[in-house]
Order: sequence, then C-alpha cells, then structure tokens
Amino acid sequence: MEICTGLCAAMVEAGANAGLAQFVSLLIGVLLVSGVPLVTVIVLIWAERKVAARIQDRIGPNRVGPLGLMQTFADLLKLLGKEDITPTAADRVLYNASPLVSFAAVVLIWAIVPFTPFHYGVDLEIGALYFVAVASFGTLSIMTAGWASNNKYALLGAFRVVALLVSYEVPLVFALLVPVMLAGTMSMRDIVLAQSGMWFIVLSPLAFIIFYISSQAETGRAPFDLIEAESELIAGFNIEYSGMKFGMFFAAEFLHVFTNGILMALLFFGGWMGPLYWESPLIAFAWLGLKGTIIYLTTLWLRNTVPRLRIDQIMSFNWKFLVPLSIANVVVISAVLKIMQEIGLTPRNFIGASIPAMLPTTIVLLLVNVAFAVYLLGILRRRGAEAREQTDTAQGAFVQASTAVGD
Amino acid sequence: MIELNAISIGFFVFSIFTLGGAFGVVTTHNLFRGTIWLMVSLFGVAGFMVLLSAPFLAAVQILVYIGAIAILITFAVMLTRSVTHLENRYIRTIPSFVASLVLFIILIAGVTIPVFGDISPDTAPVVVKTTRDFGLALVSENGYVVPFMLASLLLTAAMIGAIYIARDEEV
Repeated sequence: MEICTGLCAAMVEAGANAGLAQFVSLLIGVLLVSGVPLVTVIVLIWAERKVAARIQDRIGPNRVGPLGLMQTFADLLKLLGKEDITPTAADRVLYNASPLVSFAAVVLIWAIVPFTPFHYGVDLEIGALYFVAVASFGTLSIMTAGWASNNKYALLGAFRVVALLVSYEVPLVFALLVPVMLAGTMSMRDIVLAQSGMWFIVLSPLAFIIFYISSQAETGRAPFDLIEAESELIAGFNIEYSGMKFGMFFAAEFLHVFTNGILMALLFFGGWMGPLYWESPLIAFAWLGLKGTIIYLTTLWLRNTVPRLRIDQIMSFNWKFLVPLSIANVVVISAVLKIMQEIGLTPRNFIGASIPAMLPTTIVLLLVNVAFAVYLLGILRRRGAEAREQTDTAQGAFVQASTAVGD
Repeated sequence: MIELNAISIGFFVFSIFTLGGAFGVVTTHNLFRGTIWLMVSLFGVAGFMVLLSAPFLAAVQILVYIGAIAILITFAVMLTRSVTHLENRYIRTIPSFVASLVLFIILIAGVTIPVFGDISPDTAPVVVKTTRDFGLALVSENGYVVPFMLASLLLTAAMIGAIYIARDEEV
C-alpha cells in the first residue's frame, strides 16, 4: 500500500514497529494538512477586518494586542461564551450538523493542495474533480441550515444562496477545465508542474477571469453577496444561529476565500514556481503563500469596493454571459491546442517543457484570448448602451409625469 | 474467515452508510430528512467506488448525485412544504410489499446467478486501469465512442427539451 518514507522510515530505523510508524506518520500528515487551514483562519479574520477598515478609511481592530492581532481570540472567547440557542421548532440534528459540514467542506479542499513539490496531503489523480465534488457539500450545508432553522427568512435566504451557488458552479467548472486541458491531467501537483514553461494565466487569461468571478460568487462575496442581504433577508440562512455555530459559518466563508486564492495560484500562477524554488521547500512554500495572498487581497479589495447586485442581474449575468463565454472558451482553446499539437508547435506534454518550447503556444493562445476579449467588449458596450438608453427613456417619462402632476 | 484489513474495514463502514442511509430513507416521515438520508446512502456508494479503485466515478457520484440531484430534490421538497411531514396518508402496505419483494428477488438473482450459476460471463476486458485509460476508452474507436456519443446526444436533447418546456410562452 503506502510507501514508508521520510519520518516513517526514520522511525522504523530507530526500532519502531513498521505498521505503527506508518500510522503515526500518516496521522501527523493528516493533522498538519487539516491544521494549517484551522490556524490560518484566525489570521484571515484579522486581515479581512483590517483591509476592510483601511478601504473604508477606518483603522480597524487595534486595541487587543499589537496591531489588534489578538482581537480574533477575544472574539472567539466571546462567541464561545454566548448562549447556545437552538430554536424549539428546529430540526435539532440537522441544525447542529450544518455548521460542521460547512466548515469541513472547505477544510477538505486543502487535502489536495500541493504546498511544495514534495509536501502535499494527497496527490489525487482526480484532484480538480475532487475540488468540485467537495465544494458541493458547502451548498448542501447551507440548504440544510436554512431548512433546519425553521424560519422563513432562513429558508428564503437558503433558496437564493443555493440558486446562486448552483448557477455559478457551471462557469467555475468550465474555467477549471482549461488548466486541466492544458496540463492534460487533473492532479493538482502535475498541473503546477506543467506550468514550468509558462503560467496558465498567460495562456488563458479569460479562463482565469471567469474562474475569479465565479469563485467570488461561490464564496458569496460582493458584488454577489446575496448570502446576507441585510435589507431584504435580515441575515439570510444563518439567522437563527448564535455563538460558535454562527462563528463556524463565518470561519468557513473566510477560509473559503483564502482557499480560492491558493487554488487560483496553483491553477493559473504556477503554484510554488518562482525564482530559487528548487533550493528549498520553504522557498517554494513561500512563493505559493505570496501568490495566494496577493490574489486573496484583490478579492477583499473587490468585495469592499463594489455594491451588491440584484438577484435577477446576477442570474442573467451568469446564464446569458458567463456560461456561454466559458463554454466557448473551452471549445476554442481545445481546438487551437489540438491544431497546434498536430502542426508540432506545441509540446505534447507541458511538464518540464522549457520557456522557448512553450513560446509559440503562448503567443497563439494569448492572441486568441485577446481577440475573444475584444469581441466581447464590443458586445458588452452595445448592451450597456442599450440598457442606458432604456433607463434614460424611462426616467424621461417619469420626469414628464411628475412635472405634469406638479402643474 | 474475512481478513481484517483497511479495505474490509472500509467496506463495512461504507456498507453501514449505504444500508443505514437507505433504511433511513424508507422509515423517516420527514421528506427533507429522507433526502439527507438518501445523500448518506449515495455517499456510501461513492465509498465503494473508491474501494474498487475507481476514484473518478466516486467523485462524479458525489458531484452528480449529492451535489446536483439531491439538491434538486431538496428544492422540490421545500417548495412543497405541506408534504414535508407525512403522516399515515399514502401508506399502501400490500402493493408496496409485493413491489419491493419482486425487486428484491430480481436483485438477488441478478447478483448471485452470474457469480454462482453457469451463465457466468467472461471476465471483463481489462481496458480501464487509471482515469487516463478511462478517458481514452471513452473516445477511442476500439472503446466506447459510439455509446458515449449517443449518451451525450440524448442528454443534450433532454436539456434542450427541458429549456423549451420551461420557457415563457410570450418570449
């Protein structure tokens, strides 16, 4: 079964039972992989509040500890000390299980994240598909939470959120197909290795933008933050939750945003690749962390800048624009890639391909993407003009009507 | 005597998931809980697929059945809230007993006859070892390209049909 290497081999050498050594080393690995996200989330909550504060011209948490770093611990203690309320009419088991499932769905993604070329939870052959499958548990937990609370606001919120999540899963998966197709594998580690010649963001910027937008929607962040539309739903699906159960939902959301940053770094920005990454796993790990953090910060920036869209706008944007675009993107890229391979301009296997070998592919795919984008911008401009014209006519009619009343 | 190793333990755990979930589906009076039990059962089946070295099918099982179909069922259940608490309204003991007995006999026969009977089929051709082989088998002319294409065509037709039916009349 498993090969006994590293720590396990050292333990056997020191005289431990082989089975026990294997078990202990696997256990440590599992604890580390699941522990990293759990610790990260404490820092993430602080970072999120600090960034939001700066964008809104505030200081943010600054009282507890240096730079307010200990604020999260204070909040944690407060949440733990709160009264644990379960509504009498709630479905007790499902009500209590959903926060756990919600958080677990995010932590499970970390199992396939390759931190360095040699350190990862598990290098699944179906890594990308695993990510999509596990993410569907998050949808499930929101649905269950909304229903089990036995509250109309919670149920309505859950409906809206699930409609949003299910819809945006479609472009997300199609965008995910592009790196999988380019690398010719679904294993996350091999997808990173296939970017040794050129990062996939250069080969297909459109796929990255689609992935970015849909993952922003999947985490329920502005402009897609239907999850908590205070003016309409009070709090959405988590309205009946209090204390640490409420905290679990929020921890899951914060962690999910960062996880998506890391995933985008892996899929499009070459993961741990960077100058000197081969020198030490620590440098490789630092590159991945840096790239993930930069993408994470841009999502926070976006979240705190744009207003919330209406649900019909979100849905029509997805089904009438993003989904056709993502499908067309996959079709075009696969056709161009196949033609390039037949001509012989593209290496059959990207893993270990050098930069010169990747150059023709890069130029052609980039040009295709740019042409695509120019065409799209034309369509968008026309649609925008039409929409503005309609609004203007409507407003003109309104002004006329109100002046008539005034006379 | 069954050897007690990781695979047999996994088999027992997933059997409990599958059978327990299925038992929950047919015994609960609450439709929503029934859906959750159904998901537990389907999750167990995904576990079996992992044990059978078919991780691709396991992931698809979770993605399609738990992520899509079960969510659809919960939508349907919640939009018809008056039936979420079923009392003894739709219970027809004798027809259900006969139907499930017939199905049970068919299933038992279907499983046992190929294993113990004379009409045991030849061993399945070993074409699919990894997910890569699986993908290639789906599109190679020696593999399953025709069934694959037919299934795709059928699904596309079904999807277009669904969109046509759901469309507003005026548009």
